[in-house]
Amino acid sequence: MTVSADISENESWFHRNQQSLAPWLFLAPGILFFAVYVIAPVFQSFNLSLYEWDGLGQAEYVGLRNYEDLYYEFVDRDAFYTALKNNVIWLALYLLAIPAGLFIALFLNQTVAGIRIYKSLFFFPFVISQVVVGLVFSWFYDPNFGLLNTIIGFVGLGPINVLGNEDLVTYGIIAAGLWPQTAYCMILYLTGLNAVDPEQIEAGRLDGAKGWSMLRNIILPQLRPATFIAFVVTIIGALRSFDLISIMTEGGPFGSSRVLAYYMFEVALSEYGFRMGYGAAIAVVLFLIMMCFITYFLWSMYREERGY
Amino acid sequence: MFPKPIETRSASAQFAYKAMLPIALLFWLAPLLAVALFSIKPEADFTNANYWGLPSRFEGAVNYGQVFFNSDMPRYLLNSVFITVPTVIGAVALSCMTGFALGIYKFKSNLWIFFMFVAGNFVPFQILMVPVRDLTLQLGLYNTKTGLVLFHIAFQTGFCTLFMRNFIRALPFELIEAARVEGISEIRIFWYVVLPLMKPALAALSVLIFTFIWNDYFWAVVLTQGAESQPVTAGITSFNAQYRAAYHLMSAGSIVAALPPVAMFFLMQKHFIAGLTLGAVK
Repeated sequence: MTVSADISENESWFHRNQQSLAPWLFLAPGILFFAVYVIAPVFQSFNLSLYEWDGLGQAEYVGLRNYEDLYYEFVDRDAFYTALKNNVIWLALYLLAIPAGLFIALFLNQTVAGIRIYKSLFFFPFVISQVVVGLVFSWFYDPNFGLLNTIIGFVGLGPINVLGNEDLVTYGIIAAGLWPQTAYCMILYLTGLNAVDPEQIEAGRLDGAKGWSMLRNIILPQLRPATFIAFVVTIIGALRSFDLISIMTEGGPFGSSRVLAYYMFEVALSEYGFRMGYGAAIAVVLFLIMMCFITYFLWSMYREERGY
Repeated sequence: MFPKPIETRSASAQFAYKAMLPIALLFWLAPLLAVALFSIKPEADFTNANYWGLPSRFEGAVNYGQVFFNSDMPRYLLNSVFITVPTVIGAVALSCMTGFALGIYKFKSNLWIFFMFVAGNFVPFQILMVPVRDLTLQLGLYNTKTGLVLFHIAFQTGFCTLFMRNFIRALPFELIEAARVEGISEIRIFWYVVLPLMKPALAALSVLIFTFIWNDYFWAVVLTQGAESQPVTAGITSFNAQYRAAYHLMSAGSIVAALPPVAMFFLMQKHFIAGLTLGAVK
């Protein structure tokens, strides 16, 4: 065969342009899927938020009325702002997972026998589905037999119904959410601590740094990539909180534990009616909040890419 | 190492540390241990308000038997398998290609496409909910496993692309250049040069996506309804409605539902953690 000898002359158009065509061929299926199921729906939701639609009949254009209803709470009294306020509480308190995770990681970063098993078991809550975490914690809080009330009963405190109390319920659910999230942050920091430069630690020790000052001045700066990821996943996790609320309280009592993600679902897809346009408006608000963070994440990544 | 290795401390400090480990673990896992305890108790213990004492009899076999042979649980578990496995295969396959394209080739819109995948991966589910549900209905796939799988593949492609692209970026580029000099076509470079090097990434990503999808609840509720297609996360709520206040059965059911990703984690621990912590170390 002499094919290989004169291949350069017989090269097809495809072969000549292979290097500029190849990436698009490789990207095509992924982009197609992603565009249909993720990118387009974002715009469709924006559009839908200007309509009133029950999911079946004709959609009616209502302009910005859905947003006015949200802003003035014409439709559901005390729903939107309660949800928004709870989202802020979630965001703020969920971030506690980061220092808590760091604390446990520091506690476990030793080399005694069996420590690997301990690390795995501490990480355990993250692997369990949030549905099961929600169930486990609703029993934990149960006013009749829950472990929490059994324990505080020992010290003579009366039973508290965490999930039935409008002022406590959100904190109770966040505590449940912090359990797996802390485990995640812990594993990030354990990996980070593993890679900390031992020479810098030695140099620090010679300079008399130890304990807190060592942690702050030498260890934490080296843990920055881990902290960044922990921050990203925790923020996203806080704004996505849905499973726990749905399992533990269904937004109650009296809607006091709703967040935007749950409120949207309730409005658009539950026995409370199929108000798709109104739901889409809530989703848009949530999306815009998330977009602030996404922009920040992308910007950080962009700076890093330039650094390459 | 930080903090200072405990071996360099006094014997009593070492002893205290080793004693504290199991106690801390006990507290950390207490809510879970409670459920495990519930799941082996007989029903009588709950009517007698013996919640926290030792089980009066060991009824683990009975309770778990009930879950496996006398409920829809096996069906939900099977549904979860048929949703999770195709999603893992699909998302990993798609993202091998997108990751390859974005990691190897230099073209103008490269970074923008990459950022589109990353940003899409972070959007709240609710902004997709109504259009995706509508699309699934129109395709006639509402309340089918296929409908759920298609969406999951598409959505997970975002995260997987981020993962694969960064992994491929870290491979030695000289290999690809050498192959090009040899006149090897791009598709063969992908298949014979890059793909074999991606095995650790494939393993890590597979276990991660398995866990994510197995544990998904939101989309299961939005896109499916009955026992014929719902995965176990959604099924457990119907199971619990069926056995309301039967805590021994609900506990056993929850443990069964939680087990597969846990098993996956313990079997593939190294890959799992490598996947989760990618980027945590520079």
